[in-house]
Amino acid sequence: MDYVIQQIINGISVGSIYALIALGYTMVYGIIKLINFAHGDVFMVGAFVGLFSVQALEAQGMQSKIAIFLIALLVSMIASALLGIVIERTAYKPLRNASRIAVLITAIGVSFMLEYLMVYFLGPQVKGFPEIIEKTQYTIFGVQIDSNQIMILLVTVALMVILQFVVHRTKIGKAMRAVSFDQEAARLMGINVDTTISATFAVGSALAAAGGVIFGMTYSSVDPFMGIIPGLKAFVAAVLGGIGIIPGAFVGGLLLGVIETGVSSVGYSMWRDGVAFAILIGILIFKPSGLFGKNVREKV
Amino acid sequence: MRLQNKSFWTGIVISVLIYAACQLLIETGVLDDQTKTTLILICINIILGVSLNLINGITGQFSIGHAGFMSIGAYLSAILTLDFDLPFVVALILGGLAAAAAGMIIGIPSLRLKGDYLAIATLGFGEIIRIIWINTDYVGGAAGLSGIPNETNWTWVFVWTLITVVVINNFVNSTHGRACISVRENEIAAEAMGINTTMYKVMAFVIGAFFAGVAGGLSAHMFYILTPQSFNFLKSFEILVIVVLGGLGSTSGSIVGAIVLTLLYTWLQEWPEIRMLVYSGLLVLIMIFRPQGLLGTREITFNFLKKRGVQDGTTNIPS
Amino acid sequence: MTLAFGALAGCGGNKPAATSNNAGGASGGETIKIGANLELTGDVASYGTSARDGAKLAIEEINNAGGVLGKKLELVEADNASKNEESIRAAQKLLSEKVVAIVGAATSGNSVAMIPAVTEKKVPFISPSGTAEKVTVDERSGKLNEFAFRASFIDPFQGTVAAKFAINDLKAKTAAIYTDSSNDYSKGLAKSFKEQFTKLGGQVVAEENYQKRDTDFKAVLTRIKDKKPDVIYVPGYYEEVGKIIKQGREAGITVPFLGGDGWDSAELAKIAGNDNLKNTFFTNHYAADDKTPEVQAFVEAFKKKYNKTPDGFAILGYDSVKLIAEAIKKANSTDGTKIKDALASIKDYKAASGVISYDEKHNPVKSAVIIEMKDGKQTFKTKVNP
Repeated sequence: MDYVIQQIINGISVGSIYALIALGYTMVYGIIKLINFAHGDVFMVGAFVGLFSVQALEAQGMQSKIAIFLIALLVSMIASALLGIVIERTAYKPLRNASRIAVLITAIGVSFMLEYLMVYFLGPQVKGFPEIIEKTQYTIFGVQIDSNQIMILLVTVALMVILQFVVHRTKIGKAMRAVSFDQEAARLMGINVDTTISATFAVGSALAAAGGVIFGMTYSSVDPFMGIIPGLKAFVAAVLGGIGIIPGAFVGGLLLGVIETGVSSVGYSMWRDGVAFAILIGILIFKPSGLFGKNVREKV
Repeated sequence: MRLQNKSFWTGIVISVLIYAACQLLIETGVLDDQTKTTLILICINIILGVSLNLINGITGQFSIGHAGFMSIGAYLSAILTLDFDLPFVVALILGGLAAAAAGMIIGIPSLRLKGDYLAIATLGFGEIIRIIWINTDYVGGAAGLSGIPNETNWTWVFVWTLITVVVINNFVNSTHGRACISVRENEIAAEAMGINTTMYKVMAFVIGAFFAGVAGGLSAHMFYILTPQSFNFLKSFEILVIVVLGGLGSTSGSIVGAIVLTLLYTWLQEWPEIRMLVYSGLLVLIMIFRPQGLLGTREITFNFLKKRGVQDGTTNIPS
Repeated sequence: MTLAFGALAGCGGNKPAATSNNAGGASGGETIKIGANLELTGDVASYGTSARDGAKLAIEEINNAGGVLGKKLELVEADNASKNEESIRAAQKLLSEKVVAIVGAATSGNSVAMIPAVTEKKVPFISPSGTAEKVTVDERSGKLNEFAFRASFIDPFQGTVAAKFAINDLKAKTAAIYTDSSNDYSKGLAKSFKEQFTKLGGQVVAEENYQKRDTDFKAVLTRIKDKKPDVIYVPGYYEEVGKIIKQGREAGITVPFLGGDGWDSAELAKIAGNDNLKNTFFTNHYAADDKTPEVQAFVEAFKKKYNKTPDGFAILGYDSVKLIAEAIKKANSTDGTKIKDALASIKDYKAASGVISYDEKHNPVKSAVIIEMKDGKQTFKTKVNP
């Protein structure tokens, strides 16, 4: 029993990182229906900015670990938000009226570009990421859990609640929903569509950066290609939950983490991703809009 | 078909001339090995691009699992020539058929899924196929299958490229192809007109997968070793880039895309540091300035000096 | 009927210009060209670029010492983008530039891919780190790939050494093996470890797999912990091994971790954390504190040139070039076949990564050392001869 509980905890801790990245993914998708493959790379850039901030702050002789972490997180989120806006303005905005698949290819291009810019300046080797806040291990009834795992889950839940609030209770959120529903109509209603989309990208990218820093800290390493797999997993999580739906991304992420861990824990770690994809396909076939998605009937 | 005979035969003649010219250059040793390999790679990419275009561009089904089909053809044909001593052509066709069968299986969920959901499902299928290869010790698992005889040469790839282009082009211009286009343009309207959209979607998947499998077989018998890693989702993206860059929905566009991208990639080999930077930068720039791809939905025809929409006026989709 | 073949016309005359990235300043005929077919971009770019850094350093040192046969060496680089099909094209490009030997590729798969091309042109290659047996011996026919060599151990030796160490020094009775299944290096080590460990009376209680770029290992580590092994063998590369050790310690695993030369990188300690590395050991070609002059000289020079600590790929890339230079000297010729014969007959050559002699399968026979991680530093534990 301990074993099962331990594995569920492991699964939730993996899943909460997926969820954290998926939140940003689903925001961006919700508004312009773009599978933003560069999201994983913004996540990577965020992690690197976090790493450099930490190194700079430590070199300055800053003592308080919490302060270092929070400042690094903030710097990284702001930098990535700006990066997100720049990417959106330069690469996606000119394609606002092009086919969605063309934007997708652009996103792939941007993704490669970010990866290889990092390789160009820093080399492709993995770099260690300091454990900023030391972990405390707790053993409860023989089950291991650490402060970091709890922190990630709390951060993810908090962000989800904040996002949900922003999207459903604020003016900008209302604008976001309007734009995602019908861009043209939103424009006619006097909503500044470009600003709204940029704001969404900024929020999404900042979330990705937060994910990157936390990811780097949890797994103690960063490299230019670190965003590919988590990006893909986050996308799967977002689809699983129903793309564009914020609580869906959260649940999808957790579910994906638990499924993967479950498969590994019974000794089929090689089939882990395969099973995760198979379940995803199964869910999509029986509920094509994802777990939380509404099945919108196409109008004739 | 009859009306287009002239254009058709002009195309065939020109292709044969191109083939003969390249063959001559190879025979006389003017082209070095690397250029020869590049030519073959271009043709394999053309087959991949044209076949994916049938699914993505013509029928409008957003698939990013093409590398999965390719790997089935590659592995199966390699096993057949290695362990069962089957002739190369037979192995290729059987590999293609196996991929087509997989295409049918994957085509079926597409009956229910649309757009991005279909995309992620096909991506998932592609990855599942790759994971199966990794876990199959018979084909070497992650280490891959090596020692595959070098059967692919310029003649073979050219013949198969020609077959692919002719078959798919004729399909597109047939009643069935029209039906596929109608599925892309407006599925509900197509259904209302009595078109069996389900059948056409699966048909596109099956034909597309068959040629992807053949391309896989050709590639396996060219490059000596097969590893599952060569068929990950990034490979599917590569093929998708060919199609979109050339112009989604245009067969000649896919051909242009395959040639341009393969040459670009080869040319950039000289500068490994900036290879991918330049490649990705150009990709973004081309998409920004020509989001419909190099050719849009137009085709290059041999009704001389005329570029126009697919015969019956399937005009450019308003973007 | 629309037809689209015309576009093919563009494909005729393209011939990439033969330039090299790293010209030593001399014009053609004055230099001896050595090719480098490496993973400079793509999935495993980190392996290829490390090997390239090592190779460049070796070329520089040789040239500063007057070159070979009175000529300077020139490294011609080609990027294989970590793909098999690109590896063939990279090799063909190098061959068309008349290189006399090739360094690369860093992975077994990409090395195997160029075998037909180099065999036809009779140019030998040394794979710095392609450890799978099939690089030098065809797996189906069992025939020697005449022009293929490697600078690294083959897998069986390292696995065997590790198993003996686990039984004799660590007094282990049970072991768990955690393999990188996307990597034949790791699989090879795991296989030979298992064979030797069971032969010596040990019992393997768990065999688990991960894949390159995995980040979370807790599920499997919890599973391994449940089986209570005395030692955990993790033959993999430092990127993942660092995370495995860290997460293993967090999951409450206290038994020793044991591994191979893929652990050799300064980043390992940064990823895993010094405390977590207590009670971990790995087999390696050399120990940095093993005061061998060759090793010390290499590490010094590398740090000076690149301002970073070399990893295992760098030292093997360095050795590959040195071995080729040695063979050219021995053969007194730049003819591919003669270089190949000279390479095959190399005996007791003092390379940075150990004393190398080639056996009849073109595998280097060299001694291995066992290294213990203490306070995040590699410390020499014992030396094992083949």
